[in-house]
Amino acid sequence: MKTLTNRSKIVSNKRMNFWERIYLPAITGGMRITFGHLFRKKTTVQYPEVTREFSEIYRGKHVLKRDDEGRERCTACGLCAVACPAEAITMIAAERKPGEENLYREEKYAAVYEIDMLRCIFCGDCEEACPKEAIFLTREMVKADYVRNKFIYGKDELVEPMDPAKRIDVSKRQTPEVLEFKKDKRYKHNK
Amino acid sequence: MVTQIIYKTILASVILVLSLLVAMYSTLIERKVAGWFQDRHGPNRAGPWGLLQPLADGIKLFFKEEFMPQSADKFLYILGPSLTMFVALLTSAVIPWGPDLVINGETYALQVADINIGILYIFAIVSIGVYGIMIGGWASNNKYALLGAVRASSQMISYELAMSLSIITIVMMTGSLSMREIVAQQQGFNWNIFYQPLGFLIFLICAFAETNRSPFDLPECETELVGGYHTEYSSMKLGFYLFSEYINMFISGAVMSTLFLGGYYFPGLDKLGLSTNVFALVSFMVLFTKITFFGFIYMWIRWTLPRFRYDQLMRLGWKSLIPLAILNVVITGVVILLNK
Repeated sequence: MKTLTNRSKIVSNKRMNFWERIYLPAITGGMRITFGHLFRKKTTVQYPEVTREFSEIYRGKHVLKRDDEGRERCTACGLCAVACPAEAITMIAAERKPGEENLYREEKYAAVYEIDMLRCIFCGDCEEACPKEAIFLTREMVKADYVRNKFIYGKDELVEPMDPAKRIDVSKRQTPEVLEFKKDKRYKHNK
Repeated sequence: MVTQIIYKTILASVILVLSLLVAMYSTLIERKVAGWFQDRHGPNRAGPWGLLQPLADGIKLFFKEEFMPQSADKFLYILGPSLTMFVALLTSAVIPWGPDLVINGETYALQVADINIGILYIFAIVSIGVYGIMIGGWASNNKYALLGAVRASSQMISYELAMSLSIITIVMMTGSLSMREIVAQQQGFNWNIFYQPLGFLIFLICAFAETNRSPFDLPECETELVGGYHTEYSSMKLGFYLFSEYINMFISGAVMSTLFLGGYYFPGLDKLGLSTNVFALVSFMVLFTKITFFGFIYMWIRWTLPRFRYDQLMRLGWKSLIPLAILNVVITGVVILLNK
């Protein structure tokens, strides 16, 4: 029979011979293996001093991007909320008033944009659904807290700062391949 | 005479403190070694290399709530851990820790009591050891504790037989029950392990069972019995139980070194021409190294072998070790008779 992996072993029910029955050779064999582990490289990450290396495209806390002129890109279309499998995203749309052109890029914007970080599964579907390149997942972690209410992140936590020096770099997640994929009209959310 | 009494008191206290200290740091070493065996670091936060960890554990145990189940037998509940600790510390009295010291022309033996039935004394004390666990398990009035206690008593009684049978061969060879005499006959490289390898193996296995160490840790078997006989214990009473296990490990290492590995003797050490007192101290260090070696073996085995099942434990004890030990006795007897 062809096996799926080459790791399978054929087992037999044969009687154990004398050396196998007294177990001592097996025990010394086992002890040799454990002794070898004494000198192995330790796998522990000594946390406060050393932090684990994050992937460049780690999917952590979200960011709502601004464009180059510092205007919010989000237009409150709701596609991210639709795409979200955990239903973590809620938003309330509002119309841009005259004189707010420097704040919001389109005529419609999200007055309230909330992500429940306890519901979010960090799949990145919102990012994939977004037609305006507004929401991205970053390498930042969602911090632990004592109260559940505090995990509902509003715009104050999500929108990236205005200061160009503090902008969050998402170029690793926004590669040309990703942009190309978003143009594919076969997917519903790209239409 | 008075100086001897004072000296013995000091020696006894030193050994008491030493065994407590060793037991204390055995807990750290055990956790360190466990870590290394599993590719981890082990405790390393309390002080450099985690050296203050035992202290922190001790303080923690002292400040835990003293809990006693409502239906527990109050007197026996307290007697259990006390007895275990007491018995664990008693055994060290007959172990010869080194050759004699000579101070101001008077000799001081590095042994608290050189009684001529040393081995018998050790077995008597070890047999009492099971009472501490049994009483504790019974007094808790908890099914897990009782099961653990029943397992402990049957295990210790079964393995004591094979243990004493394996020692009989040593007694036959040396013709003495005194620990000092047994060590004296192993001077140089004349160690008993070379004459009694089978006896040593049986004794080692039984020592694992007697100290309730893995793979024979059925009495406290966390996976089936919560905590076994000390399920209901907390605070320093639990500390006593855990502590006495490490003292037992230390003492059984000392007994095994004394009976089989030549005690405080090391080949070539007496030819170095050291002065009497320095020689005594170096010899003590030799014995201590041997005990440490056994301590490491205990931990090594613990992180290598899985736990025995109860019926396997009984089968090994009654159907393998006891017949083997008796066979060993017979062979030794025949060889001694032929060499006469």
